[in-house]
Amino acid sequence: MPFNLLKYGLSAEYPVEVDLPAPRELKKAYDVVIIGGGGHGLAIAYYLAKYHGVTNVAVLEKSYLGSGNTARNTAVIRSNYLTSEGVRFYAESVKMFQNLANEFDFNIMYSERGQLTLAHTDATVRAFRQRAEVNKHFGGRTEMIDRQQIRELVPTLNLDPGHLPVIAGLWHIDGATARHDAVAWGYAKQAAKRGVEIHQLTEVQDLVVENGRITAVKTNRGTVQCGCAVQAIAGHSSLMLAKAGIRAPIQTYPLQAMVTQPFKPFLDPLVSSSALHCYVQQTSRGEIVFGGGSDPYPLYNSRSTLDLKESLLAHAIEMFPFMANAKLMRQWAGITDMTPDYSPIMGLSPVQNYYLDAGWGTWGFKATPICGKTMAELVASGGKVPELIKPFALERFSSFQQVNEMGATAASH
Amino acid sequence: MKIMNCPLNGPRNISEFTYGGEFKLMPDPASCSDAEWADYVFNSDNAAGVVREWWLHNASSYWFLAERHTVSDQIIRTFDAKEIFTQRVEFAPATQEIAG
Repeated sequence: MPFNLLKYGLSAEYPVEVDLPAPRELKKAYDVVIIGGGGHGLAIAYYLAKYHGVTNVAVLEKSYLGSGNTARNTAVIRSNYLTSEGVRFYAESVKMFQNLANEFDFNIMYSERGQLTLAHTDATVRAFRQRAEVNKHFGGRTEMIDRQQIRELVPTLNLDPGHLPVIAGLWHIDGATARHDAVAWGYAKQAAKRGVEIHQLTEVQDLVVENGRITAVKTNRGTVQCGCAVQAIAGHSSLMLAKAGIRAPIQTYPLQAMVTQPFKPFLDPLVSSSALHCYVQQTSRGEIVFGGGSDPYPLYNSRSTLDLKESLLAHAIEMFPFMANAKLMRQWAGITDMTPDYSPIMGLSPVQNYYLDAGWGTWGFKATPICGKTMAELVASGGKVPELIKPFALERFSSFQQVNEMGATAASH
Repeated sequence: MKIMNCPLNGPRNISEFTYGGEFKLMPDPASCSDAEWADYVFNSDNAAGVVREWWLHNASSYWFLAERHTVSDQIIRTFDAKEIFTQRVEFAPATQEIAG
């Protein structure tokens, strides 16, 4: 890379690099059809090609690449969850993120700034101790810190917001952020280079299931036969599952987020408080991103509400009082598929050869690499579920073996 | 500000209400299978369109039903549960206590 810079820096011509080949006709059949061209779907395609030599793969995206929740999340990467199943899984993802830009030869603007979660009650302090220990046990870097240490890390933070003084913090050194679109683009570029076909503006409208087995998908550009299919759509998992005749414990809520005008750098770590339903970070452009809890009732609509803006900003200003004068630049919403235990649904489905990558609620972006890698392993092996994702099977609800991560989400919803 | 029409208290700000889940008939816990019970407890249709669901008016602890469009966010109608439950629902007592 640096040598290229030197070489072409002195030359009048620069080679044009094509990231994605021009669109072409859909083939009649593929070995693997991946429904959804977000970070997850593209990652599955990439790892299928890279580790398993499976390249007769089509990624079908109804809109443009990364147009769904890949571009709507607040780009938090962390592994300080509560259960051993969860931490093991997300810690692996954090490790993969660290090397992703090199692997892609594409800058994903990965920035390891640490993530600070605030405790305002004794109960939260107890939960933090457990999370710190579980995280350390699985190779993550997490520790408990006191008020003085929090003050040193984030001098602008108000440690005594209203009725909820900060008692302690969970300091997750591995916490990071990255440019979420670039993650999708990096995967797309590398997958396409290895022969995967990426079809945008191609909506899967129905699934053909014969004798309990998926045989084809119907799209707005015709029917495509498939050896197997992976559902990797976020925000509308239930609607696609219904086409396959599968019932799932998902309820879909909007999650609203917003961003302010740019400021000089003042906030290095990502700061969150579940008691205040708020997480805050400053982007590399200087803007402050706020995310909050999900909306109070299910909806497939990314409209904006005054109620949520008021409550979220009131809490954000309690945390950082100087922001009272900040101007909001943008507001948006993502559509999140919430599961009862706040863990994803991955693995096999009641339909043969139809694999699930669903129920990603508000925790999907941080899992992109490891989800892609393990799902690719599942697909390539013809249905042998990797150990790492066994706990996240759809059957965990009918066997009452949930993986409860409710308390470890950034803003309890 | 979004307004919901409470069948008991009239039009109120939606922040006075709590969403209570999809309306579904509860299987009899004494006689249904574990799978049926799990389906009732966890699974949801999560439909995009008009759905029927439970809502609570917090201040008066009054539960009622609403028909709402989950794509357009329109509340189509709200009504008292007696429209559906015309008689009292009785459940057989549990056959055995579960320790724990």
